[in-house]
Amino acid sequence: MKSIRNIGLGLFLSGFSIFIASLFIGKYSISEERLSNLYDSTEEIDKGDTIVASLTKAASEMGLINKEFSSQFTFSSTLAELFKKSNESIATQFILDEGITEEEMKGLIQISIESNSVVYSESLVSVIFPENKTKQKLLIDNTSWMFVENKEYENTADFKNDLGNKVNEINGKLGQEYFIWDNKYSRFDFVKASLFGPVHDNKGLFLLLTFGLCIIGSLMYILPGVVLMGGPGIKNDGIYHDASTNRGWIGILAFGFLFFFYILLYFYPWLIVNWTSIVDPIKGLFVEGAVASQWFLYGLLYCVAMIVMGIRMFVKYRNNRYQIIRTSSVLFFQIVFAFLLVEILPLFDLPAMDLKNAWPLDFDMFFDWNVKGHLDAGTVGIFMFVWGIVFSVIVIPVMVYFYGKRWYCSWVCGCGGLAETLGDPYRQLSDKRLIAWKIERWMIYSVLVFAVIMTIFTGYHSYNEVINPDMVGSKDVLFGLSAYNIREWYGFLIGSIFAGVIGTGFYPILGNRAWCRFGCPLAAYMGLVQRFKSRFRITTNGGQCISCGNCSTYCEQGIDVRAYAQKGQNIVRSSCVGCGVCSAVCPRGVLKLENGTNDNWSRVEEPVIIIGNDGMLEVTRNAPEVAEQ
Amino acid sequence: MKHVVIIGNGIAGITAARHIRKKSDFKITVISGETDYFFSRTALMYVFMGHMKFEHTKPYEDWFWKKNRINLLKDWVIDVDFALKKLVCQSGCNIEYDDLILALGSRPNRFGWKGQDLKGVQGLYSYQDLELMEENTTEHAVTRAVIVGGGLIGVEMAEMLLTRNISVTFLVREGRFWGNVLPAEEGAIVERHMKEHCVELQFNSELEEIVSDDKGRVKSIRTKAGEEISCQFVGLTAGVSPNIAFLKESELETQRGVVVNKFLETNQPNVYAIGDCAQNTEPVEGRRSLEQVWYTGRMMGETVANSICKEKTAYNPGIWFNSAKFFDIEYQTYGTVLPDLQLGERAFYWEDKTGKICVKIVYDESTNVVKGVNTFGIRMRHQVWNRWLHEKKSILYVLEHLKDANFDTEFYKKYEKDIVDKFNAENATSIVLKRRNWHRILGAG
Ligand SMILES: Cc1cc2nc3c(=O)[nH]c(=O)nc-3n(C[C@H](O)[C@H](O)[C@H](O)COP(=O)(O)OP(=O)(O)OC[C@H]3O[C@@H](n4cnc5c(N)ncnc54)[C@H](O)[C@@H]3O)c2cc1C
Ligand code: SF4
Ligand code: SF4
Repeated sequence: MKSIRNIGLGLFLSGFSIFIASLFIGKYSISEERLSNLYDSTEEIDKGDTIVASLTKAASEMGLINKEFSSQFTFSSTLAELFKKSNESIATQFILDEGITEEEMKGLIQISIESNSVVYSESLVSVIFPENKTKQKLLIDNTSWMFVENKEYENTADFKNDLGNKVNEINGKLGQEYFIWDNKYSRFDFVKASLFGPVHDNKGLFLLLTFGLCIIGSLMYILPGVVLMGGPGIKNDGIYHDASTNRGWIGILAFGFLFFFYILLYFYPWLIVNWTSIVDPIKGLFVEGAVASQWFLYGLLYCVAMIVMGIRMFVKYRNNRYQIIRTSSVLFFQIVFAFLLVEILPLFDLPAMDLKNAWPLDFDMFFDWNVKGHLDAGTVGIFMFVWGIVFSVIVIPVMVYFYGKRWYCSWVCGCGGLAETLGDPYRQLSDKRLIAWKIERWMIYSVLVFAVIMTIFTGYHSYNEVINPDMVGSKDVLFGLSAYNIREWYGFLIGSIFAGVIGTGFYPILGNRAWCRFGCPLAAYMGLVQRFKSRFRITTNGGQCISCGNCSTYCEQGIDVRAYAQKGQNIVRSSCVGCGVCSAVCPRGVLKLENGTNDNWSRVEEPVIIIGNDGMLEVTRNAPEVAEQ
Repeated sequence: MKHVVIIGNGIAGITAARHIRKKSDFKITVISGETDYFFSRTALMYVFMGHMKFEHTKPYEDWFWKKNRINLLKDWVIDVDFALKKLVCQSGCNIEYDDLILALGSRPNRFGWKGQDLKGVQGLYSYQDLELMEENTTEHAVTRAVIVGGGLIGVEMAEMLLTRNISVTFLVREGRFWGNVLPAEEGAIVERHMKEHCVELQFNSELEEIVSDDKGRVKSIRTKAGEEISCQFVGLTAGVSPNIAFLKESELETQRGVVVNKFLETNQPNVYAIGDCAQNTEPVEGRRSLEQVWYTGRMMGETVANSICKEKTAYNPGIWFNSAKFFDIEYQTYGTVLPDLQLGERAFYWEDKTGKICVKIVYDESTNVVKGVNTFGIRMRHQVWNRWLHEKKSILYVLEHLKDANFDTEFYKKYEKDIVDKFNAENATSIVLKRRNWHRILGAG
C-alpha cells in the first residue's frame, strides 16, 4: 500500500513537472496561413481579409513572417509594435478611400482662401472631389456650418484650425473596427494562433502526460488511505508536523505555484497558451475544432482539482455522512452547472450562464453586455435573466432562513466547492484571533457596499442602453463617475485579485476560505440573514465541552467555536458556512449543526448556567452581571 | 480591596478567577508553576499527534488576562502560612491573600514500582509530561511501549504512541477495560476496538518491575506473572491523585485531597479548595467525594466565585455527565450507570450489528424511573437527558421520545426504531416512537 502511494506521488510529480515544462517548449511564428485561420473566420469576408493583409504587411516589414520564436515572452514582446503598425496602415488606407487625406485638405484650404478671406462653400467641395461623391457628402455633412454663407471668418487661421479639427475627427473614426486592440484577449488569440511545436502537435499525448499522470498519481496516493489511514474516523494525525499543511516549505511552494498561476491566468493569459492547447481536444468535444480559451482551461482544472480532492474528502470523512453528501453536492453543482451547462448553453445560442451563481458574487449580472446578451437570446434568455434576479433576492434569503447559508456556501457554490475540496488540507490555517474577526467584518461589508454601488452604476448604464437607447450624453455616467471605470476597478480588485489571487492562491498560507471569509459580498449578504433571521445554529451540547480547541483549530472561517461551546452557548455567526467540520472533529460530541427554531433565547443567548451546575441555577438567575470582554 | 489568590491555573482556578472578575472588582492573582497561561489539559494528546499546536489549546488569547485584570504569576508555591495568610514561592517572593483558592489539580499515581523513575518511564498529566513524551519518543528509538493501567489517559496515550508507529501493550489489572466505571458490554466494545487498532491488551496483569538498561533507561518490564516484555517506553496511567504534597505537613486538613465541606471551604478560614484536589466530605447524593474531571472543576470554580463575591453557595453539581473518546468511538453518559447493576435496577442494552454503537439505559425495576444512560457511537442531547433525569421520567417515556435526545450529525443513520423495537420485543411493550419536537426539546411546552 505504501509503495502504491509512493508510485502515485511520483506519477503526480512527473505529471506536474511536465505540465510546468510544457509551458516552455512551445514555438511561435507568424505565417499568413495562421493569420487567416485566426482572423478570416469572420462572416464579413473582406474584414478578415483586410486585417490579415495589413497584419501580414506589418509583420513582413518587421521581418516577422515565418520567423521562429522559441519563447512566448520574446514573441509577445513584438506584438505591441505589430498591432500598432497594422492599425496605422489600415488607417492610412481608409483615409485614402473614405477620409480626407492631407493633400486633399491642403488643396481645399488653398482654394477656400482668396486674398485673406474665407470663401469655403459647397461648390468648392465638388471641385476638389469631382468624382468622389462619398467624400463630398462627408465634407458637406460635417462642415456645412463653415460655408461662407453660414459663417464669417475674421482670419484664415481660425478656418484652418476648424477644418483641421473636423478632418481629424472624420479620419479618426475610420477603420477602427479593423484595428487590433492590444489587450490580453487579442494577445492571447494571436499567440495561441501562432503556436506550433511539440505540445501543439501532440495535444492528446500531453493531455495524458499532464492531466492523465496527475490524476492517476493523485488517486494512487489518495485511495490507499482507506487502508493506510485506518478505519473510519477523524484523520488529522500529523497535520501540524507536515510541511505541506503547517505553512512549511511545501506549503510555500504550493502557494508560489498557485499565486503565479492566478497572475498569469488573469493578467498574462497569452503566456499560458501552451496549457490551453493541451486541453483543446476536450474543448473539441463540445464544439468540433474549437480551441480552448484560458477560461476553459481554468474551468477544467477547477473541475479536475475538485473531483480528485473530492475523492480525497470521501476517503478522509467516510465516517461522516454529512461530509459525504455535502461534497457530492458541490461536485455536482460545479461539474453540471458551472462547467457543462456553461459550455452547452451557447450551443443553443443561449448566454453562457452559471445558473446557480447569485448576485452579488455574480457581479456582472447587470453589465450592459450581459443584459443585452440575455435580451438578444429571446424568451429563454430573458427567463434566465429573471431567474438570476429571483434566485438572488428570493431563493437565497429564504433558503438561508431555513437552512443557514451553508446550503449555498458548502453545498452549491463553486468557490466554496474548491475551498472544501482542494482547500481542505489547509483549513486549520485560518486566523482565529479576535483581531482577525474585526478585520473580517470591516472588509467583507466594505466589499458588499462596493458591490452594491457598482451594481447601481452598471444597472443605470444597462437601463439606459436598453430602455433609453436614444439618450443624449454618456449613458454610463452617473454623479460624474463612469460605470465602466467602476466595474473595471471592481473586476480587477475584487473579481481577480481578491477572489482569485488571494482567495485561492493563499490557501496554503491563510487557509482555504480567505475569500469567503473576508471578501465575498454574497457571503456578507447571506451572513446578515443567517445572523438575524434564520433557524440555523450550531447547538452546543450542554456542558460537555472540554475546551480542547479542535473545533476552533479546524474552523476554516476562523470562528473561535470553543469560545461559545465552553460557555454552553450556541454558535450563531454570520460567517459560518456550515461545513460541519467543527462538529466532526469534536471529540466529545458537543456540536450539532441543525435547523431549529428562530427564537433568540434558545438560539443565540448565553444560557443562565452551563447545564449541570444546579447549585448556581438559582443564584445566577437573580443577579445581572458584568459581561466578560 | 480584597486580594483573592488562586493557586493553579487549570480549569478550576481559571473559572474561579473569571467569575470573580465578572462579579467583583477584587484584585485577583493566579499562580501556577506549570505554564504561563491556562491551557486545556484534555487536549495534550492532540498536540502530540499533530492535530494542533500547543497555542491552540489555550482557550483565551494572551491579552485576555490583562484586559480583565487577572494577574498571572508563573511560580511554584512551596509553603502557605495560613495564620498570617501568606504564601511563599519558589522564587522567594511572599504573597499575602485575603481569600485563597487551592486549585492544585492532580499528579499521576506511582505506586512505588521498582524502576518507576527510570528514563523512558512517565505519566501524562502536565505540559512538562508532554514535552518529556516528545523527547522520549523522538530522541530515542522506541518501537514498543507498555502502558500500565487501563483508564482514559492510558487509552489516549496508546492512541498517541500509535501515531508514531510505536506498538503498544496495555497492562490492565482488572479483568476488563476501565472496569471500575464501565459495565462489561461497554468495556467489550472498547476492548474490541482497541484490538482493531492493534493495541495488545493484557487483562488481570500487573506490573512487577521496570528493568533498566546500562544507561538508566527502560529496556523491559516484568509482570507479576513473571512475563518479561521488552520495551523502550513505559506509560504510567494508573489513575491520578491530588497534587497536595507541599501541604501535607501544614495545619490544612487533608486526606486523599484537601478536605472541604459542601461550600468548598477547608478547615482554614478564607481558604477554599476546588477541582481535582478537593475532597468533598459532604457530596450530594450519589456523587463521589473526589471527582477528577474537567466539568466538576469548572462547576466548583463558578460556585466558589459566587461564595467569595456574593453569597455562600453550596456546591451542587446536579446530574452527573461525562464523555470520552476511545480512538474512533465516542462515549457519553448521563446520570448514573454503575459497572454492575445494583439491587432493584434493570438495564436495557442495545447494540448495533457493527459492534461499535450501543445504548444502555439503567432504570428502576419497580418504578421504571430511568437512572442513567451510556451511549457509544451515538451522541445524545445533554439538555434533554438532564431534564428527563431530573423529572424522573420512566423508561417508557424516554424511549417514546428518544428522537428528541438524538444529537448525531445530520444525515447519520438513525437507530431509534431498532432500539425501541428491541425493547418492545424483550418487554412485551408497544412503545411507539414520537417525532422529534422542538418545543419539547427546548422545554418550552
Ligand atoms: C491527558 C488528560 C486527559 C484528560 N481528559 C479529560 C476528559 O476528557 N474529560 C474530563 O472531564 N477530564 C479529563 N481530564 C481530567 C481533567 O483534565 C482534570 O480533571 C482537570 O484538568 C483538573 O483541573 P484542575 O483545575 O483541578 O487542576 P489542573 O488542571 O491540574 O491545574 C492545577 C494547576 O496548578 C498547578 N499547581 C499545583 N500545585 C502548585 C503549586 N504548589 N504552585 C504553583 N502551581 C501549582 C499545576 O501545575 C497545574 O498547572 C484529563 C486529564 C488529562 C491529564
Ligand atoms: S472540539 Fe468540542 S470539546 Fe473541544 S473545544 Fe470544541 S466543542 Fe469543546
Ligand atoms: S463554525 Fe463549524 S460549521 Fe461553521 S464554518 Fe466553522 S467549522 Fe464550519
